[in-house]
Amino acid sequence: MIYDQILVRYGEISTKGKNRGQFIDRLRANTAYVLKDFKNIKIRAHRDRMYIELNGENWEKVAEPLKKVFGIQSFSPVMKVEKDIENIKEGSLALFQKLGVAGKTFKVATRRSDKTFEYTSNEMNQMLGSHLLQHIPDLRVDVHQPDYELQVEVRHDAVYLTCEVIDGAHGLPVGSSGKAMLMLSGGIDSPVAGYLAMKRGLLLEAVHFASPPFTSEHAKQKVIDLGKVLAEVSGKFTIHIVPFTEIQQLIQEKIPQSYTMTTTRRIMLRITDKIREQRNGLAIVTGESLGQVASQTIESMYTINEVTNTPVLRPLVTMDKNDIIAIAEKIGTLAISNRPYEDCCTIFTPQQPATKPRRDKVNQYEAGIDFDSLIDKAVAGVETIKLEAGKDYDESELADLL
Amino acid sequence: MIYLDNSATTRPLEEVVDSFAKASRLYFGNPSSIHKAGLQANQLLERAREQIASILGVLPAEIVFTSGGTEGNNTAIKGIAYTYRSRGKHIITTSIEHPSVTNVCEQLKKDGFEITYLPVNSSGRVRVEDVKNALRDDTILVSVMHVNNEVGTIQPIEEIGQLLKNYPKVFFHVDNVQGVGKVALDYHRSHIDLATISAHKFHGLKGTGALFIRQGIRFDPLLSGGGQEENIRSGTENTPGIVAMAKALRLTTENFAEKVNHMKAIQQYFFTELSMIPGVKLNTPQKNCAPHIVNFSLPGFKTEVFISALSERGVYVSTTSACSVQRNEPSKTLLAMGCGDDIASTSVRISLSFENTMDEAKEAMKAIKECINELKSVMRG
Repeated sequence: MIYDQILVRYGEISTKGKNRGQFIDRLRANTAYVLKDFKNIKIRAHRDRMYIELNGENWEKVAEPLKKVFGIQSFSPVMKVEKDIENIKEGSLALFQKLGVAGKTFKVATRRSDKTFEYTSNEMNQMLGSHLLQHIPDLRVDVHQPDYELQVEVRHDAVYLTCEVIDGAHGLPVGSSGKAMLMLSGGIDSPVAGYLAMKRGLLLEAVHFASPPFTSEHAKQKVIDLGKVLAEVSGKFTIHIVPFTEIQQLIQEKIPQSYTMTTTRRIMLRITDKIREQRNGLAIVTGESLGQVASQTIESMYTINEVTNTPVLRPLVTMDKNDIIAIAEKIGTLAISNRPYEDCCTIFTPQQPATKPRRDKVNQYEAGIDFDSLIDKAVAGVETIKLEAGKDYDESELADLL
Repeated sequence: MIYLDNSATTRPLEEVVDSFAKASRLYFGNPSSIHKAGLQANQLLERAREQIASILGVLPAEIVFTSGGTEGNNTAIKGIAYTYRSRGKHIITTSIEHPSVTNVCEQLKKDGFEITYLPVNSSGRVRVEDVKNALRDDTILVSVMHVNNEVGTIQPIEEIGQLLKNYPKVFFHVDNVQGVGKVALDYHRSHIDLATISAHKFHGLKGTGALFIRQGIRFDPLLSGGGQEENIRSGTENTPGIVAMAKALRLTTENFAEKVNHMKAIQQYFFTELSMIPGVKLNTPQKNCAPHIVNFSLPGFKTEVFISALSERGVYVSTTSACSVQRNEPSKTLLAMGCGDDIASTSVRISLSFENTMDEAKEAMKAIKECINELKSVMRG
């Protein structure tokens, strides 16, 4: 194995002043969690870089989950050599030979954080460049658009050689911005909203409303599968499944058709807010996109949002559907969301929902109906499922068969 | 019994049969049903799909379950041909394909498709230049097998894929039935659009297989109906069979390098021993060959008699491919490699699995020598 560690470059973390320590700890913990199946690796997080010592693990396999971790700008597999020019030359050559670079172009870019090193960056570039040119047939220099860029970092402890830079997921480490609840329906939008919120460092727990027998086991499984995809970002993910049948039936019975959707959303928000309070979250994330459907007009948002003053974050509010679909496809939730099972939002959709519901009217309709006790009952009946990346929920039996 | 006919079919592994039985008993629900039994069957099915996809290095959505190699090849070739016929009606394949490719092409001829059958060299390998030269403006499909089922030659799939990358209108189908579990093949890196595998060739059960369809490719189904498998293959999914296939593929590809080296060592033993027998001609090439096939000819012999004689001694091999043997024709592959009729009609195929041992090989070799000696006098009179 030619590479012995992976160098991880932080994204925006590096600009955070005094909180930097916390951010780095968080990233380190998330990374360790995502990579926990690689028993031999060792993670060292420094102020400005993180190093993952491979100790024999296959770096390409480690790279896959690493690409999904928020807070990482980019990473590179590196070869560590002693701070001696002959060692550096030898290491560079070995690296290039392994990559099979004959007939390709390259450049050398040296950076010294240890300014006491005996050669300047330019001298290093020249020495290493000519060493490689002498030993590899048919290799040419192109400093503008090289096929390979050998990056040499002279640091205090050693010299690090790398040739590949892999783009990370960017953003902030999940958890570094606190906790929020994600309203996860099973559609295309809410997992994307969750993903984007996690990208900004939020730790999310999902709230899903199930109305058995109107919604099926398949619909619940769909949400669990979506949760598994989101778990790959941070290593784990929690879903709260709210029993919603009774409330939906009451709404159908008591509220005029055109306002059932509005009331349903208001109550979902109230329930989510209660769970948020129990779980010490500070915000609610939804997949709403302005004007997409009746419940997502600005009038609807105004009327629905009346029930709470907890911040409701809508990462998709300005996005077009096609852009949302593109992200869903990229993060791997689209195919799951497209499974055809009805959720509690679609099953009781009225023929003509009000697209401009008013606060005064909805309050008038809801007055005198005892939702409070049912809301408490629903919150008490929540089923909480904890998912872990790569681990399957209640499927040990299945694993045995495969 | 010394079973050396693993290219015809393999013995299902015990664990695979257990999984099949257990899945049949416990997860009999129709994966499309709404209730819990359906959901569980569906979950199991999707888990199996994920596992198979992950072993093959592709996405779960790129795997469609079929009944095996013949259906996979039919679905792929007819699906592409009929869906894209407006683009062109020219198909390129090779002269050494399995009948489930060749006869599909012959059938398509009746619908006005033109088929180019590429020649192979004396080791049974297609030349990439020949593929290039055969490409026309109206070519819509190139279908090349990964590993030849009769002699074991590995085709230059990755190179052909690299070539076809420059022809975005041409689909690339690979019959990977003999290759999977024996010779590594990266579908994505080889720019393969469709690839067929069949479970009973890697210690799974008969009647199960899979077709890899690269993401984004759509075509009309061969079997229409309830719209299962993304509407590419209707019909209630064979959940236990698919589960058994996932398990078989996992067990076959575990310690892959070790298993391949083991088969190679036995193959080499056969090569060495057979080449020392006067009158035996080795047909399997030494280079670019899969680790599990040893094909040789016994000019002047009636091979059916030879195989029956071996069978009496408990050693099971075949003449060329099991699918052609009933017709008693000379081997198509050997003819295409330029062998004469005497060689092509007297070929014998030993095909290995990782389960075979060197002791078995030695015993089989002893029986082969005995049979040759015994029959030599009769045959050659």
